[in-house]
Amino acid sequence: MSLSTRALGLGPSLRRVAFTPKIARNQLILRNSVPRRTVQTESFQPSAQVEVLNKQRLLRPSSPHFTIYQPQLTWIASIAHRGAGVGIAVLLYGFSIAYLIAPGTFDSAHVIEVVQSLPDSVKYAGKTILAAPFAFHSLNGVRHLAWDMGKFMNVKGAYATGYAVLGATAISTAALVLM
Amino acid sequence: MQSLLAARRVPQALALSRRSFASSASRFQAEPTQKPVLLKEFKIYRWNPDEPANKPTLQSYTIDLNQTGPMILDALIKIKNEIDPTLTFRRSCREGICGSCAMNIDGQNTLACLCRIDRDTKSDSKIYPLPHMYVVKDLVPDLTLFYKQYKSIQPYLQNDNPPAQGEFLQSPEERKKLDGLYECILCACCSTSCPSYWWNQDEYLGPATLMQAYRWIADSRDGYGAERKEKLQNEMSLYRCHTIFNCSKTCPKGLNPAAAIAKIKLELAAD
Repeated sequence: MSLSTRALGLGPSLRRVAFTPKIARNQLILRNSVPRRTVQTESFQPSAQVEVLNKQRLLRPSSPHFTIYQPQLTWIASIAHRGAGVGIAVLLYGFSIAYLIAPGTFDSAHVIEVVQSLPDSVKYAGKTILAAPFAFHSLNGVRHLAWDMGKFMNVKGAYATGYAVLGATAISTAALVLM
Repeated sequence: MQSLLAARRVPQALALSRRSFASSASRFQAEPTQKPVLLKEFKIYRWNPDEPANKPTLQSYTIDLNQTGPMILDALIKIKNEIDPTLTFRRSCREGICGSCAMNIDGQNTLACLCRIDRDTKSDSKIYPLPHMYVVKDLVPDLTLFYKQYKSIQPYLQNDNPPAQGEFLQSPEERKKLDGLYECILCACCSTSCPSYWWNQDEYLGPATLMQAYRWIADSRDGYGAERKEKLQNEMSLYRCHTIFNCSKTCPKGLNPAAAIAKIKLELAAD
């Protein structure tokens, strides 16, 4: 009983009825002595209602997305493909433009000289950083071409080709680094 | 409690003597087996439009899984009934055919009524509304734009030359093309799982709508295939699909919107 009255929010009204004297419970006397409304309301024109709704809409949040979505091979591979592509493009265009601006410092002889003077650990690390995105972007590009031909167009195919690309990326990165 | 049970057993015994043919005695005498308490924490996204200045929060609820049905929707209904009646979510059929209870459960979009509760009580279950949608309240997203997009592809049969008498006829092979397309319940799980749709939902139609666009392009009875394809022939409506596959992976009905979009792309390329 107590649970159901609490759940329905009836507690206060039942208590009021139980503890008020009988004369105060008389509906006829109440109706004539107490003003009808205790709640203030405002009326709106239909056009103003739209305005109120729009004001509310401005404040509503957008639900969280990539921060809460489960990391899956599907979309992580997709964003990695784009990131790798952007990185490679920035490097290519950046180097080309730098060569245009200062051909003296960015010609092949200078680059070879600088790389040769680096310690081995930095050389291997640098080669990995360059080789891994290149290998992944190229191989995943082939996967996308297969999809565009209508091959592997189901979840199973997407995962099989995805893991194949990851394996092949590891092998070709190692081969490129050791070259 | 013991005395209460004992008090209740007397009239039962009387009833038994009167109607001994009704049921076996052992059934009345059996002690109810008490299942162990299995407490599980649910963290649920809350936002109240009446207090718009307050940031959305995750509210924690702990319930006994042995007193709850097997599905996430059962847990939500139990929380709403017994702990917090202000918790707001959409639900209707509870059997995966209405698409109302679509939400993000443990990081994946699915229908709460088709998603089993993970009975591992060490980890909590997180429940969010469908991703990157405006929130009406708590787990209720605003699907106005989603439905407008669906309307924009004219999801109905259009044909200027109806057969002289009777209905449109279709061969079994032509009918078979619609399998895997017509079963969509428009729950919006796939569209709201798509990163492209997250960033470009004002112009990109999204997987659910595009699969329905293909459903009408593929229909042998429809006479407006060329016009339908012409509408998609622009940069944004269709080609924001980058074959990410989140849509097919998340579909609670096991459909494949990614393949349907690929087929539209192939047909547009052949035009």
